[in-house]
Amino acid sequence: MWDYTEKVKDHFENPRNVGVVDRVDGDGQVGSLSCGDALRLTIQVDKASDRIEDARFQTFGCASAIASSSALTEMVIGKTLDEASKITNEDIANYLGGLPKEKMHCSVMGREALEAASADYRGLVLPMAQGEVVCECFGVTDLEIIRAIKESHLRSVEEITNFTKAGGGCGKCEEKLRAILQKTVQGEAAQPAASGKPKRMTTLQKVKKIEEVLDREIRPVLKKDGGDIELVDVDGDIVTVAMRGACGTCAKSQTTIKEYVEKKLRELVLDSLIVEEGSL
Amino acid sequence: MSGRIIYLDNNATTPVDPEVRAAMMPYLTDLYGNPSSMYSFAGEVAAGLKRARAQVAALIGAMPEEITFTSCGTESDSTAILSAVRTFPEKRHIITTRVEHPAVKNLCENISLFTGHKYRVTQLKVDDRGMLDLAEYEAALSDDTAVVSVMWANNETGVIFPIAEMARMAKKRGILFHTDAVQAVGKVPIDLAALDVDFLSLSGHKLHAPKGVGVLYVKKGTLFTPFLIGGHQERGRRGGTENVASIVALGKACELAVSHMAQENSRVRALRDRLEEGLLARIPKSILNGDKINRLPNTCNISFEYVEGEAILLHMNREGICASSGSACTSGSLEPSHVLRAMGVPFTAAHGSIRFSLSVYNTEEEIDFVLDTMPPIIASLRKLSPFWKED
Ligand SMILES: Cc1ncc(COP(=O)(O)O)c(C=O)c1O
Repeated sequence: MWDYTEKVKDHFENPRNVGVVDRVDGDGQVGSLSCGDALRLTIQVDKASDRIEDARFQTFGCASAIASSSALTEMVIGKTLDEASKITNEDIANYLGGLPKEKMHCSVMGREALEAASADYRGLVLPMAQGEVVCECFGVTDLEIIRAIKESHLRSVEEITNFTKAGGGCGKCEEKLRAILQKTVQGEAAQPAASGKPKRMTTLQKVKKIEEVLDREIRPVLKKDGGDIELVDVDGDIVTVAMRGACGTCAKSQTTIKEYVEKKLRELVLDSLIVEEGSL
Repeated sequence: MSGRIIYLDNNATTPVDPEVRAAMMPYLTDLYGNPSSMYSFAGEVAAGLKRARAQVAALIGAMPEEITFTSCGTESDSTAILSAVRTFPEKRHIITTRVEHPAVKNLCENISLFTGHKYRVTQLKVDDRGMLDLAEYEAALSDDTAVVSVMWANNETGVIFPIAEMARMAKKRGILFHTDAVQAVGKVPIDLAALDVDFLSLSGHKLHAPKGVGVLYVKKGTLFTPFLIGGHQERGRRGGTENVASIVALGKACELAVSHMAQENSRVRALRDRLEEGLLARIPKSILNGDKINRLPNTCNISFEYVEGEAILLHMNREGICASSGSACTSGSLEPSHVLRAMGVPFTAAHGSIRFSLSVYNTEEEIDFVLDTMPPIIASLRKLSPFWKED
């Protein structure tokens, strides 16, 4: 038995805005019968203000798919298309008080249907329809997977399956999913550096980068004074280091850490890092 | 949800019969001795085991010494198949079906974990009614085949396989034959004395005994290697102090099953047919899954096209009706039941399949309530469905 919130149960048992809007200005259809869930969202838009006057849904799927669709219609009615386009799958899940993690793909489907309906209204072709199919069981493309990884900060193949269904069938694409995950996560780390935006790194990436900078920049300088430094731990932005050799007994080690090591690491790795002294 | 429960999920598990509960209670209170001990107080406990063994044997036409108690149907399946492959260490082929319970399916697919070498596993196909093709089976039997494991009756559709004939065909080739009869025992007559079956598994909780007790039948003369190695319990066939209360309960349940079986095949069958015919007549685009004739008397699996099973079950739950579904969302995976897929049931139908499984405790009044309740549930979900076209 799934553990659904009262809000999910309410939207499942008393779905709002079922059907098709009177004047279909935008029509978004995602999913398919074979996948086990499918959603059609139609919207009626006031042309002057770009505001969604009415939204209706039809859903084939489990309780959380029906509840997500119902919630989505409530969320978008009255919003302009621009406002509505900011709704993420997490917003839909949060609106319902949360969804079981295995059911997150239901909220993703909601967001996709909204995008499809908006694109239809604007006469655009959705980029999601492009890309290369990775999961053949559920027809999920690499572009969809990469997007889910980035938007929902997915870090495992299991999470990818929960959010996109990819890999949930025969499981043959598992290796491909792992590769896409790795590439996307690495790309995420590298990309912001290039564009100068604040970085978001996994701990593993931080550790690697910090070790690099220690080796290349910091150690050679300390060694000149007969000292050394070792990385003890990285926990979030807190970097714990241990001073060795001459530095270990040097009264000024605290100053060295703050004035030199922290400065260097902030400059070359991540400007939010805090360096502290600790021991192994 | 109202207080009343209409329980139509007896293939998942069954309620413990009050007589069964009464029979086991003394072994949870006063009769706590270890059946292996020497004093006469423990002797009473050993006598309980002995009686249970005879009761089980009587239900399936076996001899008491052919009965080994286990912890569940799954343990019986593992024990049988692993014992069989160890009997013929040089043979590297197993025959089973595409529609087995995971207890057999997953073991066969992962058997190298236990044996240290790869096996060729033939999973026999089923047709759209869930039936096997005996010509395919005949052709698959080979000198390299160590064991055949084929279920007696399918848990999802209730379809019954021709075990007597299949066991005979294996025997002729000197191949060991195991059948998972967890769903069949107590519902259809079984006379092992007349069959070439080497191993048979059954499970207590499917016939009104508690969960966590099972039986492995091993035909007299069939070589056997234990799975659980330990003390001399069960004549060395299964180490571990016996789950006495549950074993006594299973014995009693088997005794009751002898008399229930007639009811299963008359009254329960009639209720099942009433439910099935009523649903198929009242709900358009509903399809029966599985062969109508070769089937357990208590099971009925129906697909309601264009709606999804979990949604149906949740609405039924509000009315106090318990059943299960082969839909993806209820299987814990993202794909619908492997049984229905093996039968080629189209996705439009597989996702909306509901299994009703009855027992002697169900009443006509309950069935009529279900018949009145289901059509509006399906209609309301179809109204939500983008694929449903009213015509
Ligand atoms: C056909 C079949 N085999 C094996 C089992 C497993 O039995 P147990 O739950 O006692 O391990 C079941 C029960 O779900 C079953 O239906």
